[in-house]
Amino acid sequence: MKNRTTVERKSEREIVVTRTFDGPARIVFEAWTKPELFKKWWVPKSMGMTLVSCEMDVRTGGKYRLVFGQGMAFFGRYTEVTPHSRLVWTNEEGGDNGSVTTVTFEEKGGKTLLVLSELYPSKEALDAAGTGAADALVETFQQLDELLVTLGASVGRA
Amino acid sequence: MVQYVNVGLDASFAALSDATRRGVLEQLGRAEASITDLAEKFNMTLTGMKKHVGVLERAGLVITEKVGRVRTCKIGPRRLEEEMAWLERYRQLWDARFDELDKVVEELKRNEQVDGRKKRE
Repeated sequence: MKNRTTVERKSEREIVVTRTFDGPARIVFEAWTKPELFKKWWVPKSMGMTLVSCEMDVRTGGKYRLVFGQGMAFFGRYTEVTPHSRLVWTNEEGGDNGSVTTVTFEEKGGKTLLVLSELYPSKEALDAAGTGAADALVETFQQLDELLVTLGASVGRA
Repeated sequence: MVQYVNVGLDASFAALSDATRRGVLEQLGRAEASITDLAEKFNMTLTGMKKHVGVLERAGLVITEKVGRVRTCKIGPRRLEEEMAWLERYRQLWDARFDELDKVVEELKRNEQVDGRKKRE
């Protein structure tokens, strides 16, 4: 059964996403910190975007840079890397309006509770980010249903 | 007459940050209810429920009306569409992402099992 993704707006500047994964923290952490794995899931197929390159120097102070097919780049720096339990990074492409993302991995009985928080410098920045990131999805979302059917079928085969 | 037009998303999000208040909205989405009904349903004192309803009312999400001796609550003029749409789009993005991540996690788990077997052999 699919685990539930919940989103809560904790304050006018912070949004928190929660999800449980059926695997130990070290595996989920690996998927977040190895570029070849990260690339597989960060850009859902339904977004219709492709990740051209993904450089991640995952250590405190290390930089990351994601470049999309449309020439768009996202970059920033890891400010905290604690293996299997915590990742903190900054988004710097928007200048001073960048957010700080904190991801925590908490293992319980072989499953991992993941909590992701995005803290923005202002309410306006969060409003804009939420709308902007998600706007790209709206038109392609009808495709997601079809995709999920396909995924369901392929899971059935595996 | 109070105007809610200028109340931005923040008042709504503050109002929605509480599970009881979200429950009250869901409830009122199905049918109007008195504060007494709501207090009973949520296992809460009348005073406690009045406070929650007050927060929802100030955010424009609920309106109350006194009919005889009973105060009835219903979904307010500012429906939740805007707030819900914002959150829902955000949720869909992460949900889609995490569905893909599930597959990566499964793959890694399978690989570990295979490696484990190889080591034992």
